Amino acid sequence: MSGDGQGTHGGAHWFDDDAGPVVRPYAMTRGRTSSAGQHRLDLIALVVAEDVTHDPETDHMLSPEHVDIVDLCREAPQSVAELAAGLDLPIGVVRVLIGDLADDGLVHVTRPVPPAELPDESILRDVINGLRAL
Amino acid sequence: MILGRSARGKAPVEPVTLKILVAGGFGAGKTTLVGAVSEIRPLRTEEILTEAGRPVDDTNGVEGKHTTTVAMDFGRITLREDLVLYLFGTPGQDRFWFFWDELATGALGAVVLADTRRLEDCFAAVDYFERRRIPFIVAVNCFEGAERHTADAVQQALDLDPGVPVVLCDARDRQSVKEVLIEVVEHAMTFAADPRQAVTS
Repeated sequence: MSGDGQGTHGGAHWFDDDAGPVVRPYAMTRGRTSSAGQHRLDLIALVVAEDVTHDPETDHMLSPEHVDIVDLCREAPQSVAELAAGLDLPIGVVRVLIGDLADDGLVHVTRPVPPAELPDESILRDVINGLRAL
Repeated sequence: MILGRSARGKAPVEPVTLKILVAGGFGAGKTTLVGAVSEIRPLRTEEILTEAGRPVDDTNGVEGKHTTTVAMDFGRITLREDLVLYLFGTPGQDRFWFFWDELATGALGAVVLADTRRLEDCFAAVDYFERRRIPFIVAVNCFEGAERHTADAVQQALDLDPGVPVVLCDARDRQSVKEVLIEVVEHAMTFAADPRQAVTS
């Protein structure tokens, strides 16, 4: 803490986006930064909607953001990174929300290749062939 | 319709997902490279870092702002219905290094994109991948008008281990970027077969 921090920005004001979000992002998770019983979801873990009959929109325990995630995943499985970008929410927030949905049985999450383990050689060959064919 | 496609009795395909990281200094062309091959416009994903996760940021002068945002651009290539490759541009600022561990976990490999006018900008990335034993290649982005160097010269300037491939590329060109990515995967295969050959200390 140095004293010269004071006053150097005396005339500065924060407008619009500079002022930060109107709702603090982690308010959507009710302050939680991790989800119980859920290991950290990789950015490329895929979230797949479960085939359930009840409509999440009628579930009053769910926030609009929860419902948005389920809706997006019903169109096609979505990676954690894509959901965060699509909903314009921080990754940590999306992780917590996905954890809630998994607990409720509305989605499940596929595990990508485990850490510190390269995928199978045959998969790497498929990747090379796929890239060549692009 | 609530049930969507699964109502028709066909379970949605759950593809295998893989990721390749694209590192390099600020302005080296990471997002350009991702955009050249991605089937989607590169998306931006963000994480908010709080005081605890942000050990070196200096907030003097911005009292009251206790969080900062780290952003990554990424793209997607669907290789097959059941095989999807994601490309992540890593945050360029040095102070976000600790965030890289999360990105690097489970990555197939990495591209260090080098700009020969500012080669020192990629030292940190090279160091990082060497230390974590993540297979990487160096791709020299040949900017128009930038002095051209041979791959050998770059290899020496960066003091790379002999097994690390160095290729010249144009980050705007889809074909060129495809070749860079193929090189990464081929290198990852060699690396998996004999990590000692690829990394000598």
